[in-house]
Amino acid sequence: MVLQVAGLQTYFFTFGGARVVKAVDDVSFTLREGETLGLVGESGSGKTTTCLSIVGLLPGAGRIVGGRVLFEGEDLTRKSQRELRRIRGRRIAVILQDPMASLNPLFTIFRQVAEPAFFHQHLRGRSLRDRVQGLLRAVRIPSPEWRMREYPHQMSGGMRQRIVGAIALAGGPKLVIADEPTTNLDVTIQAQYLDLLKDIQRETGVALIFVTHNLGIVAKMCDRVAVMYAGKIVEQAPVRQLFDAPKHPYTRALLGSMPKLGNKEPLYSIRGQPPNPADLPGGCAFHPRCPEVMSRCMTEEPPEFRPGDGSVARCWLLNDVLSRS
Amino acid sequence: MSSPVLEVRSLTKHFPVRGRLFGGPATSVKAVDGVDLTIGAGETLGLIGESGCGKTTTSKLILRQETPTSGTIRFEGRDIASLQGADLMAYRRAVQVVFQDPFSSLSPRMRVRDIVAEPLEIHTDLPREGVDERVREVLALVGLPPDVAPLFPHEFSGGQRQRIAIARALATHTRLIVLDEPVSALDVSVRAQIINQLEGLQRSLGVSYLFIGHDLATVAHISQRIAVMYLGKIVETAESDALCAQPMHPYTKALFAAALPSHPDEQPHERAITGEVPSALALPSGCRFHPRCPSAMPVCSQVEPVLRRRDNGGEVACHLYE
Amino acid sequence: MATVPADTRFPTRRSATGRVRAMVKATREAPLIAVVILGGLILAALLADVLAPYDPTLPVKGAEMFVPPFWMEGGSLATPLGTDFQGRDILSRLLYGARVSLLVGLMGTLVAGGIGTALGILAGYVGGWVDQVIMRVTDAWLALPAIVFAIFLAAMVGPSMWNIIVILGAVYWTRYARVIRGEVLTLRERDFVKLAEIAGASRLRVIRKHILPNVMNTATVLASLTVGVVIIAEASLSFLGVGVPPPQPAWGLMLSEARPTLMAGQWWLTVFPGACILLIVLATQLFGDWLRVRLDPQLRNL
Repeated sequence: MVLQVAGLQTYFFTFGGARVVKAVDDVSFTLREGETLGLVGESGSGKTTTCLSIVGLLPGAGRIVGGRVLFEGEDLTRKSQRELRRIRGRRIAVILQDPMASLNPLFTIFRQVAEPAFFHQHLRGRSLRDRVQGLLRAVRIPSPEWRMREYPHQMSGGMRQRIVGAIALAGGPKLVIADEPTTNLDVTIQAQYLDLLKDIQRETGVALIFVTHNLGIVAKMCDRVAVMYAGKIVEQAPVRQLFDAPKHPYTRALLGSMPKLGNKEPLYSIRGQPPNPADLPGGCAFHPRCPEVMSRCMTEEPPEFRPGDGSVARCWLLNDVLSRS
Repeated sequence: MSSPVLEVRSLTKHFPVRGRLFGGPATSVKAVDGVDLTIGAGETLGLIGESGCGKTTTSKLILRQETPTSGTIRFEGRDIASLQGADLMAYRRAVQVVFQDPFSSLSPRMRVRDIVAEPLEIHTDLPREGVDERVREVLALVGLPPDVAPLFPHEFSGGQRQRIAIARALATHTRLIVLDEPVSALDVSVRAQIINQLEGLQRSLGVSYLFIGHDLATVAHISQRIAVMYLGKIVETAESDALCAQPMHPYTKALFAAALPSHPDEQPHERAITGEVPSALALPSGCRFHPRCPSAMPVCSQVEPVLRRRDNGGEVACHLYE
Repeated sequence: MATVPADTRFPTRRSATGRVRAMVKATREAPLIAVVILGGLILAALLADVLAPYDPTLPVKGAEMFVPPFWMEGGSLATPLGTDFQGRDILSRLLYGARVSLLVGLMGTLVAGGIGTALGILAGYVGGWVDQVIMRVTDAWLALPAIVFAIFLAAMVGPSMWNIIVILGAVYWTRYARVIRGEVLTLRERDFVKLAEIAGASRLRVIRKHILPNVMNTATVLASLTVGVVIIAEASLSFLGVGVPPPQPAWGLMLSEARPTLMAGQWWLTVFPGACILLIVLATQLFGDWLRVRLDPQLRNL
């Protein structure tokens, strides 16, 4: 078990504490070696905040107020920033959406890819150069020997994102968190990049959390999926179960609203828009948009139900069929 | 097909790039190089391609934000390059655009009513009540209640703002709307709303769309016909269903192979193609796609293929089919 | 909670009470000192006729010259802040002087702002040679030292309140032009401006409806920061004798007239007008600073 998140609660305190935004509210999931978890959600769902909470990179107003994050048995919420700095980059790596934000325009590729290996694994000289070239080759950058002397602005978006991947892998991490890394990439470049990630995962056994709003990426990449809405995981299941038998109306709606090649039927559209995390509706946060809403949903938040096929969902619809988990 | 609303022939746009300071030839970026397009009344033509393919430049040329280096664009039979004065205004009245970013498409200091009314105020002499009436009509068409009219854009969500932008585009009984990635910046659960809305509006109003996008599934859903662009050229056009059933050009096939599955068990038949789109300043010889093409033949690096009509009604520019 | 809303949740116009509440809340956040000072001075200027005990241009009957403020020996409450070398009441002169400073300050800023914003928009939006010409003129103008230029102009056209206003406007428009032009250059590339152009809007329409409203924030902040500068410029002109002509009282003029007396010990002739100038500039700067932060688009919920 590489990662165990239990009951994570991250709140944002603004206006001098007068306003509390429950960005992440009771989120739990686990992740094994070599496994890919898809964290699916739209804006305001809390998926990015969850990731930032795991690595301890929350912005000033945010605080973890409850729950635990066990990484290889150690509770990251109890660690100091100093200890977390030793873990970040070495054992946990993060890949963000915009490669230009992750790459320093003033340093060569070599310098940036070498940094984690330099600091965490204390490689120097020849072995450091070899390691960097090896990493660049692993992410399929052609001619790494002289590419590594270049600067980020001389490379295309797809290549930059791969270099960010190389930096992420340089420290030899056990867990990689990728937050929408392909959003800005062209379709064919995205496909190459995702294939690359999959290959690397197969070779190194790294665990991967893939944050995305795109269920197509989930279908391609993930073993298990957690769907987030308004700070909570509303459904969690193995990927096949999620696509074949979605339990939560939000999941069903997301699946239904995906256009499918060759199918011209009107798309299933969810009315309304994702909620503002600072101003959540009462009861189940999804109820104003839910096509199957019941009166109970408006006042009581549903607990987790386990229908028995490995999935977990927070929905009162499951209450009639099962007893509480 | 009844006479087409938009007919583009051999459209070319070259952007000159000055040569280097100490010699070296002046080159140009051939952003759009000999493009032919047709859009019928009440029809959607999907334009799909990756970065650098020229779809944005094509839309700018159609909207007369740029002037073509050569080629013609005919709207309802008339060459738009020669339009002036009242004719040009009539063109602007009939052809509108919706952009990708809902957060910068609406003037932040104008009320919704004024935003939607602007085309009416520019092109018609309608009195105030007439304009208000039409604004209400058009807001209703996109599913917004009339009482949103006095509000400002920042009070709305992304999806709602796009609807306002669509309402504005429809205000003057537009006949062609260029939609430049209209849903790419929206949340997934909102995209379907907007797509459905657009399709519904086309059915009831008979307006034509040029839908520019990068997501095959979305483009295929809303379009009756699709044109695939690569490095300034159209490599294939076909009916949407025909294209999805049997893509012909290797690049189109690559796009399909790269498309994301809609189910975990649905794996692509082919591996994604390698390499990246080459720089428009250093175009490959012959067929522009040949360096990345898995089916490249010797002739491909020498002779540029021409767009030819196929039996199924589509067109392909590829030596494999000649 | 009653039934689920029929469709999505749409924003609605705030009720009248909601809007009033928002306005009150906004005023509560305003910088208190600045508002109090400005408010006080504006009142003083407006009500000078009522508040001033004497005519500021005539000597006070029965009073002597150089009467000190009332809390000092020899002072009297009849002339609370003392009298000047002609026996005129200082307090009355200060109150009427406020008029000049405020009027010239505000109007001069408006003229400067008007010219500068207009030229900035023209340069930024129309571009091309218009831009080049305007920018070169701006550069040339900026090369001239402002006060010297103002003095030169004042000496040429002769002093009068309105002349001074126009002169100050003509001297200080350049900072507007530069800043507004920069803002317009960014605005021009925004989608909504392009959309208006594609819709067929004339250039004038685009400027009127899309560019101008969106530069107003910057223009307002610039204005509030320029007011202080203009007031000091006016005071300087008056000090040098080319400002608003006597006997109309102006703080700068009072300073100038008081120069010979400073060493002789009649400090109140210098300190009070000087303090007034200081207060008004301080207040406008504080207010302008607050406005700038308040209207900063990054903090705005666009």
